[in-house]
Amino acid sequence: MHTASEAHTVGESLGREAWRRLKQNRAAMTSLVILIILTVACIAGPWLTPWGLSEVDWNAFTAPPSLAEGHYAGTDANGRDLLTRSLYGGQISLSVAVVATLVSLVIGVLYGAIAGFMGGRVDNLMMRFVDIMYSLPFMFLVILMMVLFGRHILLIYAAIGAVEWLDMSRIVRGQTLALKRREFVEAARALGVTNRTIIVRHLIPNTLGPVIVYVTLTVPKVILLESFLSFLGLGVQEPMTSWGVLISEGTDMMETAPWMLIVPSAFLALTLFCLNFLGDGLRDALDPRTR
Amino acid sequence: MLHYIAKRLLQAIPTLLIVITVSFFLMHLAPGGPFDGERQLPAEIEANLLASYNLDQPIWKQYLIYLGNLLQGDFGPSFRYEDFSVTELIGQGFPVSLELGMWAILLALAVGLPLGIIAALRRNSSIDYLVMGTALAGIAIPNFVIAPLMALVFGVFLAWLPVGGWNDGHWRNMLLPVVALSIQQIAYIARMMRASMIEVLGSQHIRTARAKGLSEREVIWRHAMRPAMLPVVSYLGPAAAGIITGSVVIEQIFGIPGIGRYFVQAALNRDYTLVMGTVVFYGALIVLLNLIVDLIYSALDPQIRYDD
Amino acid sequence: MRKQRLLLASSAALLSGLMTLPLQADTLRIAIMGEPASLDPHKISGTWENDVVGDLFEGLVTEAADGERIPGVAESWEISDDGTEYTFELRDDARWSDGEVVTAEDFVYAFQRILNPATAADYAYLLYPVKNAETVYEGDADPETLGIEAVDDHTLKITLERSTPYFLDQLSHYTAYPVPKHVVEEHGDDWSRADHMVSNGPFKLERWRSQTRIEVSRNDQFHDADEVALDEVVYFPIEERTTALNRFRADEIDVARDFPTQQYDWLQENLPDATTTAPFLGIYYYTLNTRDGHPTADPRVREALSLAVRREVITNQILGTGEEPAYSFVPPGVNRYDAPQSSMADMSQEERMARAKELLAEAGYGPDDPLELNLRYNTSEDHRKVAIAIGAMWEPLGVEVELNNSEVAVHYEDMRQGDFDVGRAGWIGDYNDAQNFLSLLETGVANNYGAYSNEKFDALMDQASETQDLDERADIMAEAEKLALDETATLPIYYYVSRNLVNPDLQGWENNIEDIHRSRWVSFDD
Repeated sequence: MHTASEAHTVGESLGREAWRRLKQNRAAMTSLVILIILTVACIAGPWLTPWGLSEVDWNAFTAPPSLAEGHYAGTDANGRDLLTRSLYGGQISLSVAVVATLVSLVIGVLYGAIAGFMGGRVDNLMMRFVDIMYSLPFMFLVILMMVLFGRHILLIYAAIGAVEWLDMSRIVRGQTLALKRREFVEAARALGVTNRTIIVRHLIPNTLGPVIVYVTLTVPKVILLESFLSFLGLGVQEPMTSWGVLISEGTDMMETAPWMLIVPSAFLALTLFCLNFLGDGLRDALDPRTR
Repeated sequence: MLHYIAKRLLQAIPTLLIVITVSFFLMHLAPGGPFDGERQLPAEIEANLLASYNLDQPIWKQYLIYLGNLLQGDFGPSFRYEDFSVTELIGQGFPVSLELGMWAILLALAVGLPLGIIAALRRNSSIDYLVMGTALAGIAIPNFVIAPLMALVFGVFLAWLPVGGWNDGHWRNMLLPVVALSIQQIAYIARMMRASMIEVLGSQHIRTARAKGLSEREVIWRHAMRPAMLPVVSYLGPAAAGIITGSVVIEQIFGIPGIGRYFVQAALNRDYTLVMGTVVFYGALIVLLNLIVDLIYSALDPQIRYDD
Repeated sequence: MRKQRLLLASSAALLSGLMTLPLQADTLRIAIMGEPASLDPHKISGTWENDVVGDLFEGLVTEAADGERIPGVAESWEISDDGTEYTFELRDDARWSDGEVVTAEDFVYAFQRILNPATAADYAYLLYPVKNAETVYEGDADPETLGIEAVDDHTLKITLERSTPYFLDQLSHYTAYPVPKHVVEEHGDDWSRADHMVSNGPFKLERWRSQTRIEVSRNDQFHDADEVALDEVVYFPIEERTTALNRFRADEIDVARDFPTQQYDWLQENLPDATTTAPFLGIYYYTLNTRDGHPTADPRVREALSLAVRREVITNQILGTGEEPAYSFVPPGVNRYDAPQSSMADMSQEERMARAKELLAEAGYGPDDPLELNLRYNTSEDHRKVAIAIGAMWEPLGVEVELNNSEVAVHYEDMRQGDFDVGRAGWIGDYNDAQNFLSLLETGVANNYGAYSNEKFDALMDQASETQDLDERADIMAEAEKLALDETATLPIYYYVSRNLVNPDLQGWENNIEDIHRSRWVSFDD
């Protein structure tokens, strides 16, 4: 069984200790480096390619990849350079992923931990609210929001973030419910530690394992949700694009112009793979019990 | 226990009321009405149409009328599909969606759980990497890519299975959509199961069980399985919701007559009654699913008591 | 590609290898592009609904395989000299599928029903040429006053407001179908459901599973039933064009009423016998907002924008399924009409761009004060591609375009409210006459989204509608169209084509400008 002091040290040295262990994980570090390169490429890359975001090459509609023409990844049905668009699309997809996941992480973890820890009527009320949120069909809400407020990137952040925290809060609550009856929490309580401190110091760090695993699931899910919206025709407005938009465009062309599907899919898959390894590495590094 | 269930079901009523209210007003706020299309109707006719659906009343009155009808089990006529009532449309579509979704969830569990356990037990082995790599691919590829790809390969190139249609639930028609719908959930469940299994295996009480000299099989089945299942059970609620959302795409691509497609189509068509019908229905379904998930959860984890 | 066959005598066929001709049920499987809103001819407005309802019902006049109008329920007719009175002799052997005789009264009942404001039929305005139709529809006159009368069971007289040269064509449209009075009176609005529906066409309704399939079978009461080759037709509502294509390739359907444009090259290579495209009675255009406060209110700006659009690039490279670049508003091939061409048709691309730059400069736009435009289009892969290309074509003029995409309901609402500079629109002819297109540019017409208004144009259109001589009428309308083109009232982009995938074993499927294909003419060759 955990003791109060054992759990207590988790909060203290979490950061430094975890970083040290993360550095030893080669897969995670490689992924981190790739993710950083990818991010930098998406931000800086568009200046390096010979074509602009919405620049049309009137001689190359749906053209396969060609070094000579400067279309390293081919062009889309409008003669626009696919590599350039994929990089721009990465900006949107990555920013949606980061912002929406952060929103869901902060709200969900706090909400779930408080609900699980308080239990009783508070828990009931809080979870009822989550139930209500769940029972509102997400797609329908998003469609209505898009229609009401126009299609804006901020709205996509908000819509996805506002939905994803629900899952997070349920998972954290489930964990907390199980944890709070453990001895180390009872002990902390007996020592007169405040609720706030117990939640922040003892409960949340101990739920970090599943939470981080869930974050590594959430980021791809967010990216995919965004692409799902794109598939339904509710993605970002032209000329801006995202990996989701590009992939859904490519799907229709999978037989005739496979590069239109493969290029953005490769960006997406690479990102998701790296996020996964990084997530696993983080989990190992953060989990106090694997010591 | 029964008391608890009854209480939860009673609590569902205000939940649904809020869902209905929010959806109703949001929808009527949205620009464009059910009769807006490429052709403008003459003003008189539009007025006639609006009157025949009570749309000329003040909004609060429409809301009360809707609630009143709903209490009598009347979802109203569909604005768009005039030869059917909303009740009929949902009545025809829901069994199809349910069947599709149930099979998808079952498949996801049947494949995802064992994969996760195996990967956890053979942690860092090549099997682990293979399973997790595959699972990741399942997550990394959107279902609107997988579904047409499968239709193309198995339906068109190999011609083993039908490309689309429902055919009253024939297994041949169901196979591709069920697999397409479950792939993502398989991947999620396998990953969750692996992570939580590893965590449980590293925990004190498993170490104790091992120290007692129990066989590995006993340790896993007796002591590790139940706690390891908890996060997966928690996830079943969201998984069901995910399946429903996913069915929007899958039903569209495979031409399946479920209700998934109404979520988007009806909202785009401003088919108010059909939108509300699906919203109410979906809301009730989710409430029920969450209750079931909580019950399974409490059955698995005796530490949680629903005594309040 | 082979038809679905139901071997009714399959055991017999198995017993004897010599028996080569088992009884077969010929079933045609068609992918229609949406779920019908209804099968009541008075409650529909989509082409996919026409596919089904047109097989179930027959009007006074009907369509041959090539789209030509031939007698339907009416055997013959006489038209008064002033062109306002039509007297139809109905055939004796016209029957409803329940065996009742189709009478003139059924037509009277149908016309009065569709124009009755209580029915709220959104397509009823097509019958406005009928005397008093508009006043009845607007609720200002009793349906009894409508200009239609059953002289006896088999004689029907229709009186028009004024001579209307395209009226006979219109009588083959579903708005002019008869409805079975005895059934509608019994079941009310539920009459069109599968368990009640009675129809007078070559097929009768068997089953309708919403969103799945509609099954019809040959109507033995139909006067020409012996000549109908098919036993059954099944319609599958499939909105996703890619899905329709896949199901066609997997031999699950015989006809797909559309295919994805981006697959055209692949189709031509791999299914050349099945892929058909044909000129279609429709115009794809951008409407330019002429309301005050919009830069497009200035005709010079409108002309410059139009000049810069390289239509050939759009038709050949963006779409490429045989669309023709449009330099007129009325598509070619319209009956009794030769559309005038915009003067820019003869200019080279360089000349057009030079002129466009001049015009924009005259209108006061330049590098320091660039023209900013809001371009709206509704959600669709093709609309998106065209909008992007046109945006890029305007770039050399220094035009800054903001693309705005929204779903159909919002798009048209915004268009009607004038909340746009340039907006995507399209028009598919309700009937084969130039008037149907040109009336979109008349002042105050609801579908005149850009609010184009020109008194002279309106006067010409009025004059045309009063003119009985067809050649003279055509000349007047052409003059009106020329006027609109000179002012760049709209920006025509291309003429639509119809696209179908058709099982090459199918006989009797003929391309036509209205893209109307009735299953009664279709058969499988053996």
